[in-house]
Amino acid sequence: METMTHQHHADAHRDDTASKIGMWLFIFTEILLFGGLFIVYSVYRHMNPVAFHLAHEELSITMGFINTIILLVSSATVAISISAIQKNDRKLTLLMLGITLLLALTFLVNKYFEWGGKFEHGMYPGSELMKNLSNGDMLFFSLYFFMTGLHGVHIIVGMVLLGITLYKVKTGAVNSGRYALLENSGLYWHLVDLIWIFLFPLFYLIH
Amino acid sequence: MTDFNNSHKEPNYLEYRGKYKGILGWITSTDHKRIGLLYFYSMMFFFLAGVVMGLLMKYELISPGEQIMGAQTYNGLFTLHGLTMIFLFVIPGVAAVFGNFFLPILIGAKDVSFPRLNLMSWYLYIIGAIVVLISQFIGDGPPDTGWTFYAPYSLKTNTNVVAAVTGAFILGFSSILTGLNFIVTMHRLRAPGMGWLRMPLFGWALYGTGWIQLLATPVVGITFLMVIAERLLGIGFFDPAIGGDPILYQHLFWIYSHPAVYIMILPAMGAITEIIPTFARKTIFGYTAIVISSMAIAFVGYFVWGHHMFTSGMSSTSRWVFSLLTFLVAIPSAIKVFNWTATLYKSSINLQTPFYWAIAFVFVFMIGGFSGLVLGSLATDIHVHDTAFVVAHFHYIVFGGTGFAFFGALHYWFPKMFAKVYNFKVANIGLIVFFIGFNMLYFPMFYLGLMGMPRRYYDYLPMFHSANILSTVGSWIMATGLLIIIINLIRARKGSGKEIDDPWDGKTLEWTIPSPPIVENFEQIPEVKHGPYEY
Repeated sequence: METMTHQHHADAHRDDTASKIGMWLFIFTEILLFGGLFIVYSVYRHMNPVAFHLAHEELSITMGFINTIILLVSSATVAISISAIQKNDRKLTLLMLGITLLLALTFLVNKYFEWGGKFEHGMYPGSELMKNLSNGDMLFFSLYFFMTGLHGVHIIVGMVLLGITLYKVKTGAVNSGRYALLENSGLYWHLVDLIWIFLFPLFYLIH
Repeated sequence: MTDFNNSHKEPNYLEYRGKYKGILGWITSTDHKRIGLLYFYSMMFFFLAGVVMGLLMKYELISPGEQIMGAQTYNGLFTLHGLTMIFLFVIPGVAAVFGNFFLPILIGAKDVSFPRLNLMSWYLYIIGAIVVLISQFIGDGPPDTGWTFYAPYSLKTNTNVVAAVTGAFILGFSSILTGLNFIVTMHRLRAPGMGWLRMPLFGWALYGTGWIQLLATPVVGITFLMVIAERLLGIGFFDPAIGGDPILYQHLFWIYSHPAVYIMILPAMGAITEIIPTFARKTIFGYTAIVISSMAIAFVGYFVWGHHMFTSGMSSTSRWVFSLLTFLVAIPSAIKVFNWTATLYKSSINLQTPFYWAIAFVFVFMIGGFSGLVLGSLATDIHVHDTAFVVAHFHYIVFGGTGFAFFGALHYWFPKMFAKVYNFKVANIGLIVFFIGFNMLYFPMFYLGLMGMPRRYYDYLPMFHSANILSTVGSWIMATGLLIIIINLIRARKGSGKEIDDPWDGKTLEWTIPSPPIVENFEQIPEVKHGPYEY
């Protein structure tokens, strides 16, 4: 410590545990962010049970199911990449991160076609069709677009994080002795997965 | 930088030159002390702007009818006054300025855990402030919803709500990141020997605050995003015309905004808890009780939001449950007051300016707290809901509590921050004038509220005239006091320095290091062998 210059005093201090605690705390805030939406969802579904049931039939269970599988697999690949870096297997780490990113992209492409289909039928936020829906349908689709949209934003943020991590694994900045960034990106990615695990049944599998 | 043995050769944080000089050296610095001062100066700017708005509103209310502004201007003004004071001053307030500056020093650390994130929080704060300000100038006029943005009006008004709400969202982010940073810092960077129960109580207050910031702010964040989506995309969440539930908006808003009151007041209580033992020259009474009460306030405070909505339409069960919980949250606050006064018992009090501020704090805080019980009980709340009584109550808490603690902390730590000493006599006169003005300004509003004068109106019936005159004159006296205080501090800041490391004979770690602190705070991380207030 004695030899370090003041210029670097802030950055030179490294504490992987701290970054992990920080990430966990941030994940709490993300859960509460979506928590607010889940409350709104529960209230409105309670108020409009029939409309929510009928509206959900407009969604394609197949599409939702495929996307669920994609995210579950991507969570596994990210987990493998962390084990791989711990064992100093850089090649496997890179491969697994690459697959994760690819799966994330597939998820978004799927989503694009799903939303695109709705848009083609004139069903998008602010459209004439949507304005003429009954109250319950309107709330269902408002929540659908808002929650899956916000989740999509999180997918993109996760992809950026994983992309940066991939690059740093490549340059060697993330390695078997220093992989907090990979762990944190992985944690974040699991969160994105977890939220989808709740969104899927709430929108696609209503009974 | 080369000689580590001579403490005064070590550059202090004010003189230190890094990669950049001048202002760039400040706004690129990740030093927690510099970030604390960045917050301080920006916050003082917004605070004074908010004071001017308040003065204008009080001037408008000096007599019935229109004085200097019409209804719409008044609506815009109280909205901006609320936004500025709440989101730009009291919520970050004591934590962002004194927490940033002193938390690492109090726990014997060189900095917070994530210094760059800390700087980013300040940038988010400034960006949020700019976006809020932009809302005043673009679009169809300044927002007129009040700082609460209640639906459905916030969805219907033509004024520029989206920008203001976006600004508040960004400010929330800044607040979350500060809280996160502080929590991790306290978990990871306490000096060797400093167990959790040896941590100064200001640290504990910030710890509780950090958790509220983390667990409450996202809820209002998402609510604001929904308002934005509803306004921009026309999708329905809260507009009853399309099936939405405006009461749900109120619930979501207060799930954050009531705990936010504790974000404001907990660090303030923490600062007072530092000041009192130093000037009582005695160990704090009931250290553990204060720790527990801080955490209890943070915890129970999360479950009382419904008391803002007693008249909005809730089941009677929820109303009495929320009322009961509200009374419960008064207990830990009272425990603190008892501990402060018990600390003074049989102590040898050193009567100095910061101590006067602390005592003034306890006085106004208790008036605020007791009037809060009037609002927390169902029957009386229905009588005074949305009247000037509420305005008086929360100004006694938010301004009287947090504001007094802010200035108390400033007078307490000023010699450490700048190695300058202010004129005590002038500081005391300023405080007395400020204190008289404050009470004259807000106390009549209790009476006005009980008589039925509604809040947020630019006009009133002639029967309220005399009390309003008193209140407006009080606002002038308070502003005079504020002016005296600020000029005194600016003069001290500009005056010649004094080598004064421990002017109050304080025992916590910040008084063991030179003033102003060196860049790394400690030449050697201290080893802590006893509790924080050993006299």
